[in-house]
This record gives sequence, structure tokens and C-alpha cells, in this order.
Amino acid sequence: MAVVNYDSELKRAGAHSTHGWRRLTFLAQRYMLGTIGLFIMIMFVWVAISADLICRFSPLSVDSTHRLAAPDAVHWLGTDSFGRDVWSRIVHGARISLAVGIGATLLGSTLGVIVGLVSGYLSGWVDLLFQRVTDILQALPLLVLALVMTAALGPSLPNVIIAIAIPLIPTVARVIRANTLALRELPFVEAAKSIGMSETRIAIRHVLPNTLAPLIVLATAQLGSTILTEASLSFLGLGIPEPYPSWGRMLSESAAEYVRTAPWLVIFPGVAISLAVFGTNLFGDALRDILDPRQRG
Amino acid sequence: MTDRAPLLEVTDLVKHYPVRGGILRRRIGTVHSVDGVSFSVGKGETLGLVGESGCGKSTVARSVLRLVEPTSGAIKLNGTDITNLSKTDLRPHRRSMQIVFQDPFASLNPRMTAGDIVGEPLGVHGLATGAKQQERVAELFAQVGLRADQMKNYPHQFSGGQRQRICIARALSLGPSLIVCDEPVSALDVSIQAQVINLLIDLQRKNNFSYLFIAHDLAVVAHISHRVAVMYLGRIVEIADKTELFANPRHPYTQALLASVPVANPKAKKLAPMIDGDVPSPINPPSGCAFHTRCRYVMDRCKVERPSLLDAGARHEVACWLNEGTGRAE
Repeated sequence: MAVVNYDSELKRAGAHSTHGWRRLTFLAQRYMLGTIGLFIMIMFVWVAISADLICRFSPLSVDSTHRLAAPDAVHWLGTDSFGRDVWSRIVHGARISLAVGIGATLLGSTLGVIVGLVSGYLSGWVDLLFQRVTDILQALPLLVLALVMTAALGPSLPNVIIAIAIPLIPTVARVIRANTLALRELPFVEAAKSIGMSETRIAIRHVLPNTLAPLIVLATAQLGSTILTEASLSFLGLGIPEPYPSWGRMLSESAAEYVRTAPWLVIFPGVAISLAVFGTNLFGDALRDILDPRQRG
Repeated sequence: MTDRAPLLEVTDLVKHYPVRGGILRRRIGTVHSVDGVSFSVGKGETLGLVGESGCGKSTVARSVLRLVEPTSGAIKLNGTDITNLSKTDLRPHRRSMQIVFQDPFASLNPRMTAGDIVGEPLGVHGLATGAKQQERVAELFAQVGLRADQMKNYPHQFSGGQRQRICIARALSLGPSLIVCDEPVSALDVSIQAQVINLLIDLQRKNNFSYLFIAHDLAVVAHISHRVAVMYLGRIVEIADKTELFANPRHPYTQALLASVPVANPKAKKLAPMIDGDVPSPINPPSGCAFHTRCRYVMDRCKVERPSLLDAGARHEVACWLNEGTGRAE
């Protein structure tokens, strides 16, 4: 008969690790994949911050003598058709990807929270109006909507962020609205009413904090897809304008022409995109499991 | 027991909910949740309100606090009619009436500490802030039997009974004269129920406030109430002093309700059920006396005319045609 070691079982289940560092190390062990995702994300952030320190070449400097050079000791990941260093373009491209990813997610989530909270809390015709508008927004595919937005606004970093953020609003608003509707009926909200609290204060102090867990989960999951959308937009020529390095643009410039002769021009930006999305998705999944145990599958 | 000055007077309270259906969300029916309820609660008095689930007890409680807007009727608190006051005008009166809910798990915000929850009403009404508020909250914690060091804990760290104590402390914080208890112990274990009930009784003795105590457990109501009102399908069918009601139930429904209480004696002869069938739907309540579909003494008159609450003597009011003329002359 198997002997159960209660101490080790308890430790495995996370007993005694409810606070601070011990809780963190326990969760890191429990959710290995999420930890890997977090490390990938930290790596990208670190690379983006210290881009100037870890590159020997400027991402913009053209060197006609070293066009399409294969990866070697000088140009680690080779050079493109203008002789620009691929490694430093990828490293500087991380800045753009992260700026767009984080910027668009923050902007989209903030607006989505406002729309969702107002719509769910006020209900009535305000809710009806907001919901029909989000229905219309959701009926359009994210990429098509972003395409139309950038085409209308013109390609620049802030415009790309706005273009990607707007399609995020309906998704966030839906989640927040659904949560608000459920929370609004709970006795602690009624209790707040019975002490004479104003509706705005109830919405901000009692409803909003209780919608944060699903919001954080959603935002992390969206981070990967915004990075991907930025790459897609740039691939289609509507993202970050030349000559600034963007992973998607690097792919689109080289995909057709050089995929056979200089495959490093296609492989490395592709790997960068995949790795960034992979990292955020792994971390997002683990975060969902930790913050929202009901969805644990 | 002498007559007490009324603190809360409810007259002809009605709350109808529309039933909507179809594509155009047209009104296709009405739920007669509360259908003409009148009662009063004296200062320092506990009025128990009993009835089956769905008879409108909680709607009465929420209407009294204006958490739902009554369809018609009047609610007077301390002589002031609060039925139609605007939100701003109602705010000062909110201090006088507080509520304790049934579910102690859902009635505390999981993201706030117990101390913040209890202190919040003080902040909202500008009564105490900062260290003074902390001091007051610690006092309230002591009053309901919690330790001051538990103020920094979150609701999930408390047991059901402790959470209900937090709810009571929150209700006490504004120094109300009326506390509406909406089945405050139904969700608790029996042993904990007694503790919470006794706490409520102690607090009433010290502070002399009134309770509108809603429950479906007759033993609990018998323990805490001074007077008891029995509700059936949105109407009060009988109201009397506790001892009088339990000793001398007049309404057939009250009699059936009392007979249904299980006796803790296996040898006791089991009474035949006095009523059968289910409560009719409040969407289409029966005509006349709402109870006529299940009453064993039903007469032709009951199906047509609705009896109102009539004095049957000894501060006992009954809404039943059988009791007509038994009381003092009108």
C-alpha cells in the first residue's frame, strides 16, 4: 500500500505559501510554462530597453558593400538587401512591437472598461446603444478594421496604436459589461446603495475592482494578438513607415524575393514574432489559471 | 406590552413587476409581488415577517429601504414620508435605516478589508475619517464580538457567522433606528444561528433600535420577535403579538403554517397536512382571498371578495371572512 507523505503533499498543493516570495516561487514551480512565458516576455522587454547597448550597428545604417551577407561573426544574423544589420533591426524592432503591443492593449482596455462599465451599470437605452455599436465593431474582422483605420489615419506609430486599439474595445467591453451586470445584483452593491453611496462611487469602488481579474487575463491574451496584428499591418505596408524596423515589414520586404537566396531575412523576423506571441500566450494562460480558477481546464 | 410610538409605518405598499415578452418586449403580465401591505414597527420593537419563499417578504424589505421603488403606497420613517424623496433628499434618512442580508458571502465586497467595509458608511456620510474612523470601527468590531486585529483581514478569511457579524457591524456603523434583517440566519449553521440571533437581541437591548425581521423559520421568529406578521402571496393575512399569534392563530394559513413545524419528539403524533397543493403564481393571483384555492374552510364569498385586515381583539388582526364580527365593534 502506498504511503502518503502528507508534508510533501501539502507542500505540493501550496500550503504555507500564501504570501510574498514563497507564493511566487510556488506558483513559478506549479506553472512552469507560464514561467517560461514570463521569462520570454522579460527578455523581450530587456532587449527593447537596452537595444543600443547590445547592437554594434545602427538599424538604419546602409552598407552597400555588405548586401545580403550571410550570418557570420560580424553580422550575427546577416544583412538585408541594403546591407543593414538584421540583428540590430530585430532588436530595435522589439521596441516597436512592444510599444504597439502594450500601447494598444492599454488604450483598448481602458476604453473598453469605460464602455463596459457604463453600459453594464446604467443599462437601459445607453446599454442598448453601446451594445449595438460594439456588435457592429465586432462584425468586422480585427485586421480589416485596423487596415481601414490606418488607411484613413495614415501610417505612423501613434496611428497604428490607435488603429489596433479600437477593435479591442468591443471584446473588453463585453467581458466587463457581463461582469458588471452580475455584480450589480449582488447584495454588497445593494448594501452600498443602502448606506447612500452615489452610483458613480459604487461603480468605481465596488464593481470595477471585482472585474479586474478577468480584465488582466484578457489583456495579457490580447497582447500577443496585437503584436501579431502590428506585424500583419506592417507586412501589408500599412504599419510603421520606413525606414524604422518592424518585424512584419522586414518579412514583407524579403519574403517573396529572398526566401530562397537569403533565408535568414525571413527566418529571424519570423522567429522573433513567433517567440514574442508564444511568450505572451504562455504567460496569459498561466495567469488565467491563477486568477480565474473556474476556467482551469 | 404597551403601545409604542411607531417608527416605521407602511401603508398599502404595492410592488408590481412587469413581465415582458415577444420581440417588442411588450408587457404581457404583472407579478403581484407585494399587493397592498400595511404594518407598523414601534421604537425598539421587533416585527417578524414570515411566509413561504416567493411570498414577497424580501420585496417588502427592499421597498422599505427604497432599494426597489414601490409601485404605490406610503412608507413613513420617524414621521417623514420617504416614499417619493429624491436620492439626494433620501440620503440623510439612509442613516436611520440599514439592512443585513441573507447571504453573508455575497454581501461583502471580496476586494475590501473587513475594517474598510465597516468604516465605509462613516466615510460616505462624513462622520469619521482616518484614525477616528479606525477607532470607531474597532469599537463596532468589539460590539459584534470580533477582534480589532481582524480589521485588516479580507472577507474570505472569515467564517459565515463572522461575516454576518461584519454585516451587522456595517449596519450598526451609522447608528440606525431601524435595521431590516432579510433572513439573516438562513444561510448559517443552527449553532451559529443562535449566536447571531442572540447578538441581535443584545444589540437591540443596548441601542433600542427596531428590527423588521424577515424569516421563514418560525422558531427563529418566535425567539426574536415582539410581534409577528404572516404573509401569503404578497399580502399580510395575520398580524399579532408573538404569544397571541402562536397560542391563538386565527387565519387558516397561519394554523397550517404552525402545524407544519416539526416537533422534536419522535413519538409525537404527526398531524395530517392541513393544506396541499402549491402556492399559486403571483402573476395571476386568485381572485378574492388569495388563499381560497387551498383553504379548507373556503366559502363562496372568499372567491369574490378580498378580506382586509380586521381587528379580532387583543391587538390581533386577521384577514379572513371567518373572523368577521368576532372582534370589537368597528
